[in-house]
Amino acid sequence: MDQFHTNILELLREDSRRSPAVIATMLGAEEEAVKQAIKDLEDDHVIVKYSAVVNWDKVDENKVTALIEVQITPERGRGFDAIAERIYLYPEVKSVYLMSGGYDLLVEVEGKSLMEVAAFVSNKLSPIESVLSTKTHFILKKYKQDGVIFEDHEDDHRLMISP
Amino acid sequence: MSDYLNPMVRAIPPSGIRRFFDMANASKDKDVITLGVGEPDFVTPWHVRDAAVYGLERGRTSYTANAGMIELREAITEYLYTRFQLEYDPEHEVIVTIGGSEAIDLALRALVGPGDEVLIPEPTYLPYSPLSMLNGGVAVPVETKPEHQFKLQAEDLMAKLTPRSKVLILCYPSNPTGGIMSYEDWLPIAKIVEEHDLIVISDEIYAELTYEGRHVSFASLPNMKERTIVVSGFSKAFAMTGWRMGYVCGHPDLISAMLKIHQYTVMCAPIMGQIAALEALRNGIEEMEKMVESYNRRRRLVVEGFRQIGLPCHEPQGAFYAFPDIRGTGLTSEEFAQRLLREAKVAVVPGHVFGLGGEGFIRCSYATSVNQLLEAIERIGSFIQKI
Repeated sequence: MDQFHTNILELLREDSRRSPAVIATMLGAEEEAVKQAIKDLEDDHVIVKYSAVVNWDKVDENKVTALIEVQITPERGRGFDAIAERIYLYPEVKSVYLMSGGYDLLVEVEGKSLMEVAAFVSNKLSPIESVLSTKTHFILKKYKQDGVIFEDHEDDHRLMISP
Repeated sequence: MSDYLNPMVRAIPPSGIRRFFDMANASKDKDVITLGVGEPDFVTPWHVRDAAVYGLERGRTSYTANAGMIELREAITEYLYTRFQLEYDPEHEVIVTIGGSEAIDLALRALVGPGDEVLIPEPTYLPYSPLSMLNGGVAVPVETKPEHQFKLQAEDLMAKLTPRSKVLILCYPSNPTGGIMSYEDWLPIAKIVEEHDLIVISDEIYAELTYEGRHVSFASLPNMKERTIVVSGFSKAFAMTGWRMGYVCGHPDLISAMLKIHQYTVMCAPIMGQIAALEALRNGIEEMEKMVESYNRRRRLVVEGFRQIGLPCHEPQGAFYAFPDIRGTGLTSEEFAQRLLREAKVAVVPGHVFGLGGEGFIRCSYATSVNQLLEAIERIGSFIQKI
């Protein structure tokens, strides 16, 4: 990965809607070269998805998110991978991370209600044979996600004209 | 009451920007996109703010030495040496000031007396001329032109020299044009300065915001250090406008004169600002470079955008302003800016306020988000179509 590709990734991470033409101008590059680089990054699964960061608190829809600490017994030969795969295939699981420290996997689960997430943990996650324990933390409020602060204090306080 | 006023103050014309400034800032319209602000859209990096907060928590609220905390002056000289190959003695050749603005005022007050002529390449930052006049000096504009990328030309400078010429004020990278001067561009100017015994005030507040190659300080040219007062500060590169932290460097005799004025007027720069500035120099270079790269990307976008909508625009090589040519629209820069604000809700600064050579241009700061810049260019494009 060269600096050119890294620069493109930075610009798309800031705003994934930026067009290749805009990115090319910002980097002082040819549009075709940017298009090709983006295609390469997509083909290589460096860019895996384009998505929006949403502040769901402002949307009139029930949605709860929980972070679940999971302790597991790793499998001989496949370590944590097989059990991680088993967990991440559930559609209600949004992300799974292998962690250092006091537990093994951190699982982000999204549901319509507290009860729905609780049901997922008790009916699907906990019964898995290698799962030793789970600890569920419900997210009460999101202040910042993916580098974006959700509160409305990012207004431009500068004067409209200054010398 | 105006009879009581100092005649020199009375003689200063009101700022050309003021009327437009009032009109624009009175607008509470949230939909207005402003390209009018000459300050970073970044907030001062957190570690810098935190250093000041921690200083206050530890009760650091006292006066400092008149010239500023010695460790800050040392950090400034080390920074100037590392970044721009300028060597100054922190004990006798540096004063920490209240922004670059105080530094400019100090330099002019120390140098300019009644009848002295001050050469000012224009279009340029507004205060040089009135501050010269406050001391009884005569401001002499020297026009710089788009066909020369707004670089100062030796022959244009020569044409304005008289036996009363004393000071030359340089502002490169330039506010408002974004023009810069290379080493080769400087050489003939330095020759004139030496031959005609001029003193130079070099406002280098935008030095770090130089996009192709490195900034060349006028003081770094052969024999020019003695004749040059370097003015700079933290506002632009470190996103610290509101802290009002600047500095001035020069020959010990000149600095000593400036220090007299400084100690009788402001005593010393505020200590919390000095603590923040020290943190910025010690640990803020990397973050500053990231901000500069961000301006650079927006610069390319804005210049390309103006050209695409039919406004000729020379390529600014420094600062964070584009200075497109609006002469083709048939409007004056004031008419253009006023109508653009009213009809397209985009605020820009009319070029005429920056002095000779500014008419026919508008200053557009690209220290604004990419999406806002794209939207602003689209609106300006539609506005031009309708004229």
